[in-house]
Amino acid sequence: MTDAIILSDLSISYGETQITHDISLSIAKGESFALVGESGSGKTTVLRAIAGLAPQWTGDISLLGKPRTHGIDSNSVRETQMVFQDPYGSLHPRKTIDTVLSEPLAIHGIGNRGERVEAMLQAVGLDRRFRFRYPHQLSGGQRQRVAIARALMLEPKVLLLDEPTSALDVSVQAEILNLLKRLQREQNLTYLMVTHNLPVVAFLCDRLAVMRHGRIVEVATAARLREGSFTDPYSRELYAASGGSH
Amino acid sequence: MSAPLLEVENLRVSFPTHQGRVEVVKGISFSLGRERLGIVGESGSGKSMTGRSILRLIRSPGRVAADKLNFNGIDLLAQSEKQMRAIRGARISMVMQDPKFSLNPVMTVGDQIAEALRVHEKISGREVRDRVIAMLEAVRINDPARVAKLYPHEVSGGMGQRIMIAMMLIPEPDLLIADEPTSALDVSVQAQVLDIIDDLIRTKGMGLLLISHDLNLVSRYCDRILVMNAGQVVESCAAGELSNATHPYTRGLLAAMPRLNETRDQLPVLDRTSWGGT
Repeated sequence: MTDAIILSDLSISYGETQITHDISLSIAKGESFALVGESGSGKTTVLRAIAGLAPQWTGDISLLGKPRTHGIDSNSVRETQMVFQDPYGSLHPRKTIDTVLSEPLAIHGIGNRGERVEAMLQAVGLDRRFRFRYPHQLSGGQRQRVAIARALMLEPKVLLLDEPTSALDVSVQAEILNLLKRLQREQNLTYLMVTHNLPVVAFLCDRLAVMRHGRIVEVATAARLREGSFTDPYSRELYAASGGSH
Repeated sequence: MSAPLLEVENLRVSFPTHQGRVEVVKGISFSLGRERLGIVGESGSGKSMTGRSILRLIRSPGRVAADKLNFNGIDLLAQSEKQMRAIRGARISMVMQDPKFSLNPVMTVGDQIAEALRVHEKISGREVRDRVIAMLEAVRINDPARVAKLYPHEVSGGMGQRIMIAMMLIPEPDLLIADEPTSALDVSVQAQVLDIIDDLIRTKGMGLLLISHDLNLVSRYCDRILVMNAGQVVESCAAGELSNATHPYTRGLLAAMPRLNETRDQLPVLDRTSWGGT
């Protein structure tokens, strides 16, 4: 079985500035993997490169066994989708939920849109009465459900999650985390999630990579996170700052 | 403990809507000495409004009413705007959530901190400069003389928040209100910033009102905790007793948080219908 995402010696730049240095990772199909680290460590940039939003990179990105090109092409989009951090900023304020969810289907020429939209709303736990509402009529948690639904409309295999719960309240976060866990099980998705919240990683992920200054300093299993047995000093520091006592 | 610094009784804050006035704070009471009190709650629970109403920062058409809103014997609700200006900053000051939006982008960091001091005290330029540098040192900024000359966009988020703390503490207020002081910061920087606040509060013997949505954080840095939901205080307890909280809302919040050693397959979710929340 091939891996879902393989990064080898990935160096991403924005203009003159090199953000990441020789990132190499492989993430298995159906795995849930987290990238953690502080702001500016380059973790979101890695997601953006995989999604095709940061086209200036060297090295190799392989998605589901196929090498990824630098731009955005319709094949990679169908297989890889991204959920952004802020549900208040990532949904178009003047488009109804129905429009937002139908748009990827229209772009890819997929029919049966009405039924698909209804089915997806149900899958993410939103009542059908929300279908013709605008984002401002929804709460933060409901919006994030819509953002997840939008990403899943094309039935991708890989979901890139950029801090999917950091803008949400604790109790809403719990709902979204449960939803993500259920969807992964039902649709056999591969998750690559960026976060700085280690407890969220402990709940949702199988493995994690700790990043600092554009480099991966440690890759560990979630079991090691739960025990707090990191080997790298920076990972230990991060663990301690998250309230871990080791 | 000395006489309470701040006494709040039956505080109500309301805003007009199309459906009539809506109360966002529904009659809460608490008192605060020279100690650290935490207010936790989710978005819309009224915790920030509580903090702002103490400084009388709620503008019309918002309305603040209370049976008692006393700070050090002063009835805050009876003060004129001018008298309030003498209290804000000098006696009670507030650290806001996001340094990116709360610092003046066209003024150097040093000038902004100096302004906070000059408004309230008549002292020489030389002394102002020395105190600004000393304050920046107190919030653990390396090379304070250089940082004082920088503009807010030239410093990082964590540094910006430390600068804001410096600005708020330099007039040596008696009470510091910190409204989500670290939620815009990284986990690793959060602890540093809170340690600095904690340290300064202790050494200067001030009172702290820490407003946050993060139960763990509040329980680590406060002596007492008030849990707010939908404008009311649902639970009040000592920080160490948080794990023994009895109110179903508090228990629900605690359970909904993933832990570092998480093994549950599903997180319990709050039943919102019983509180009428979002």
